[in-house]
Amino acid sequence: MNVAAPSVPQPQPQLQLLEGATAIAESAILAGCRFFAGYPMSPFTPLLEHMSRALPAAGGVCINVESEIEGVNMALGAGATGARAATGSCGQGIALMQEAVAEAALNETPMVVFNMARNQQDYFQSTRGGGWGDYRTITLAPKDVPEAVEHTQLLFHLSQLHRAPTVLYGDPLLAQTRVGVHLRKIDFGELPPQDWALDGTRSGTGKSRQIWTWAMGKATDPGLGPDGHWQQIAAKFDRIAETEQRSESRYAEDCDTLVVAFGSAAKFVEYVVEELRDEGHRIGWFRPITLWPFPGPALAAATRGVRRVLVFELNAGQMIDDVRQYADDRDAIRFIGGVSIHESGLSFGPLLDAPEIRARILAASAADSPTRSRP
Amino acid sequence: MTRELELVPTDRPPGGDARKVADFRPSLMLGEHSLCPGCGEPVALRILLETLQDLGIVQRTIGVVGHGCYGSFVRIMDVDVLQCLHGRAPSCATGIKRMRPDTAVFTMQGDGDMVNEGLQEVIHTAARGENVTAILLNNGVFGDTGGQQTATTVLGQRTKTSIEGRDAAQHGHPIPLADIVASLDGVAYVARGAVGTAGSVARTKRMIRTAFESQLAGEGFSLVEILTMCPTGWFVGAPQGAEYMAESMEQVYPLGDLRPRVSGTS
Repeated sequence: MNVAAPSVPQPQPQLQLLEGATAIAESAILAGCRFFAGYPMSPFTPLLEHMSRALPAAGGVCINVESEIEGVNMALGAGATGARAATGSCGQGIALMQEAVAEAALNETPMVVFNMARNQQDYFQSTRGGGWGDYRTITLAPKDVPEAVEHTQLLFHLSQLHRAPTVLYGDPLLAQTRVGVHLRKIDFGELPPQDWALDGTRSGTGKSRQIWTWAMGKATDPGLGPDGHWQQIAAKFDRIAETEQRSESRYAEDCDTLVVAFGSAAKFVEYVVEELRDEGHRIGWFRPITLWPFPGPALAAATRGVRRVLVFELNAGQMIDDVRQYADDRDAIRFIGGVSIHESGLSFGPLLDAPEIRARILAASAADSPTRSRP
Repeated sequence: MTRELELVPTDRPPGGDARKVADFRPSLMLGEHSLCPGCGEPVALRILLETLQDLGIVQRTIGVVGHGCYGSFVRIMDVDVLQCLHGRAPSCATGIKRMRPDTAVFTMQGDGDMVNEGLQEVIHTAARGENVTAILLNNGVFGDTGGQQTATTVLGQRTKTSIEGRDAAQHGHPIPLADIVASLDGVAYVARGAVGTAGSVARTKRMIRTAFESQLAGEGFSLVEILTMCPTGWFVGAPQGAEYMAESMEQVYPLGDLRPRVSGTS
């Protein structure tokens, strides 16, 4: 007997099982990305491969470039037309791009850089940068693939909103893990008109546009020049530093020990902290979501009165510099991370493991003689 | 529209009417250039801007300018411009053209910019057949930094970093960039002109026109190398620039079409 299926509205969008790189690429396309240029480098490669298939199908352009330097400059050119453009790489490849990332920051060209890093050793690279001049890059560090999908779209929005390059700090887990994700276009609100974008229509009108780091302007309409322009850029990054901080924490108001971690490592820390809470430990966690701007005031508040601030990061100690700037009591800070690389050199080593993190937290707590107790 | 200049050979100094001719400039030129007396680059800029007007494509043109003396033209050319990093103009032009295929996109680069710093970018952009026009202003010297050797400095040429003259054993050989680009598939048109004489200026202007016509027809990458005088960087008097160029650079870099346009009528 045939029974017509009842017309039930399907929940949209559907849950899809996707590899992280695929999910990030699809999210970028949903965000309106129409230009992508990259050079293969593991673990960035699958993002480039997926873009090379999916972006042309979406009416965009993906170019497998001959160097990271060319890739980032192509993205800069595409971004200068107002198109949503991106590039990506990791480690050495991102290092090669730094000159152009700084240039885009200083000439105010939006673009997104997917740093699918091999580990957490590029925190300084992303937050301090290796370019030139007074610039910063908004850097989001998702803890898992669903968050990376959301961050991808947010980065395109922030890039346009602030006319600045933005960075996704990914890693091998985010690139290669297959998880269920809901892909949907996220609306972050209105953006200012792109009256700066180059399209050639103002050429010959006396009001032609220019995108120029030195901002000298035209002979008939002088610009601010490097002094005025770069002061304006510095003021813009000061504003961004105020308005774009993002962080997350749990049990901060009820703990003796607070563990600070970012990205995938923070997800492991979260798991270990829950385990230890269940066993009666007074412990919490804090996670910077924006690596720059670093959520300093939130960290200061979360660490107020805490006996121990444990910093777990998979490097020789980079984020800890920012923690030291803002933690309520610098003497309470202990480093429990370290360099830990897979023997291939391309991914995390054995330190990214819940039992190892648990052991380090407990050891640091036991060795410590707290200087003060919670009021 | 631009006016055609009537060039009458004469051995007499210019009369009263000559000033009117010299005062005339394309309307895309917003002001005076600030380069040295005898420099060839402003002449190249002028014929480029005149060509855009002649072709009626001004309001769909985007310029991508590198780093050199000509970088100061950004202030006086009434064209949408991205001033980009040293050597990277072909890459930036690629991003622009791919996102705005209906525009006419040109790069303006010197020999230091294109042949030293940006050799990789221009070669790959050419081989991809990007539908953009690259303008190489080649004076065989880093003019903006005061006269050092570039990749196109000819053998024997004195520069501040080859003060006794470029010596192959010590400094290597010059790179004939346009000839290399002309050998690549994906390239629609390559020519080398100069701006040392009225005749070469007129011929070079036709080359620029052919390059843009080829771009407008979607034929692929086009390159016009223009030999430009740099008396300051060559340590010669301004009036001797053109003669020096003819005796030195033009002997090494012969003028003419290096890869003629196939489908066009040039």
